[in-house]
Amino acid sequence: MCGIAGIIYRNGNGAHRLGADMTRMLQSMKHRGPDSTGYALYRRPSADLIMRIKLDDGGGNGDIEYADRLRRRRREVEARLRAAGARVDSIEDINEYTIAAALDYDGELKHVADYVESVPGTEVLSAGSALEIIKDLGDAKTVGDAYKLDGYIGTHGIGHVRMATESDVDISNAHPYWAYPFSDVAVVHNGQLTNYHQWRRRLERLGHRFASDCDSEIIAVYLAQKMSEGATLEDAMRQSLDDLDGVFTYICVSDDALGMAKDELAAKPLVLYEGDDMVVLASEEMAIRAVIDREIETYDPYESQVMVWTR
Amino acid sequence: MDTVEAPGTVPQARFDPRGLVELDETVPRTAEIDGDKATFDAHQLTTRQINLELRRLIYGEGIHEVTVRNPGAKHSLGVGILQRCKITFEGSLGYFACGLIDGPEVHITGRVGWSACENMMSGVVVIDGNAGSLTAAALRGGDVVVRGQVGARSGIDQKGGTIISLGDAGSMTGFMMQRGHQIICGNVGHGLGDSMYDGTIYVAGKVASLGIDCVPGEWTEADTEFVTRKFRIYGLGDPPELQKFVCGKKLYNYDSLEPSERKLVL
Repeated sequence: MCGIAGIIYRNGNGAHRLGADMTRMLQSMKHRGPDSTGYALYRRPSADLIMRIKLDDGGGNGDIEYADRLRRRRREVEARLRAAGARVDSIEDINEYTIAAALDYDGELKHVADYVESVPGTEVLSAGSALEIIKDLGDAKTVGDAYKLDGYIGTHGIGHVRMATESDVDISNAHPYWAYPFSDVAVVHNGQLTNYHQWRRRLERLGHRFASDCDSEIIAVYLAQKMSEGATLEDAMRQSLDDLDGVFTYICVSDDALGMAKDELAAKPLVLYEGDDMVVLASEEMAIRAVIDREIETYDPYESQVMVWTR
Repeated sequence: MDTVEAPGTVPQARFDPRGLVELDETVPRTAEIDGDKATFDAHQLTTRQINLELRRLIYGEGIHEVTVRNPGAKHSLGVGILQRCKITFEGSLGYFACGLIDGPEVHITGRVGWSACENMMSGVVVIDGNAGSLTAAALRGGDVVVRGQVGARSGIDQKGGTIISLGDAGSMTGFMMQRGHQIICGNVGHGLGDSMYDGTIYVAGKVASLGIDCVPGEWTEADTEFVTRKFRIYGLGDPPELQKFVCGKKLYNYDSLEPSERKLVL
């Protein structure tokens, strides 16, 4: 089933409590997917490239060398970041298995991302000057508390609560997906894609990597590919309606825009509120009501619709 | 497994690892009753509590008119009420609003989510805002009036009653419809009346495309009378100029009789 949500503030110059708002929205849709929760949050762009890296899945499954392994991987990741030509300004330990590295790097993003991921077991969750992806198992409250998102100040973001249907319940298979190797683009999806394997083979031949077995990851990588060919976010999303088969409603964000696309059957829900102060969209109106307490008018977009809002 | 109960005992210990079960079964009894009218605030109540309070008032207290404030777009409110009464929801409802009802006259001042009034048997539901997809799915009788737009597949599998939308409608409107009427005052999406068996769809705006075996029908006096009467009842002004669509009966191998009627015919 899955629940998706997005919010973009149109004023305030990025000083909004994005983390708290997103947690409220996702927690109100917990019944749509209690397996894992994910956020893609944007703040005002920094000069550095922020790379969030997962060293392992949490817990270590009782492995007594888990702590050692994490330490070794962290050292190795740091070394490879330098070897790829990036200056490491700082590394923040988000929790025992996730780090956020601030890099001074102007080369090709794919180069440094592939260098990091060549350390077995690691995965680049997101990379960009404004984007940070946070995802873990459990409901929004659990994840929001664990990653201290309550005080996260930002400009816009998306979120996802997952009910796993196509692939495993773990961090790699949780949404949102970063549009590897395109900086600052992320996607959340509700639905099933039926031509996943076709597209995965096509995109793999073009040199893209897939971090999971989840069909939704295709959308992120597909959009990244189209944008690297010169399409705008909106054009790439319109093309995806013809190229992707199955039932889907997805929300895609870049550093200054947020967009939604719905398949031609309109089989997956989305409710929209467009106000002067913000645009909020979610699988259920309950989630919108969780952040707006006044009476508002909302509507459902129709089939084959693509809409994009800018900040 | 959501609940674990020891055999032969009153269920008490519950195992709910995902925290999804609404445990609260106590009737809140917070309504202010004034003669045969009652009002209560749903803001702090769960879905289950709101429905329990509605049932207590309508069945237990014999209240004729209930107003629910702040429903907060919660799902499955006002479902399964099988008695004539008036219910007003001041605000928006979520999915499955007023499903399976038989008799009530409902007014929703906000909007509704997906599958509102599904399988409704009789009564009236007036929605001031927009409605999501699958509005009045498998409607058996009664009238559903949406002052805004409706989503995709409204009146899917409709078996009676009337759906009126003053705005647009999405794709596959009246999909596999078997009986009843739909009046859409705006434009409709692709596949109008796809695989419909019977019934009538009136459209005022543009039709993106007709579905399989849905054809324009011949307008009669009875159509004018029906549309004018419905618009008069709900105070919707003069009806717009409408086009009529019916089943082409090319794929038609069925009758539209109720089981009781079929017995009489045979």
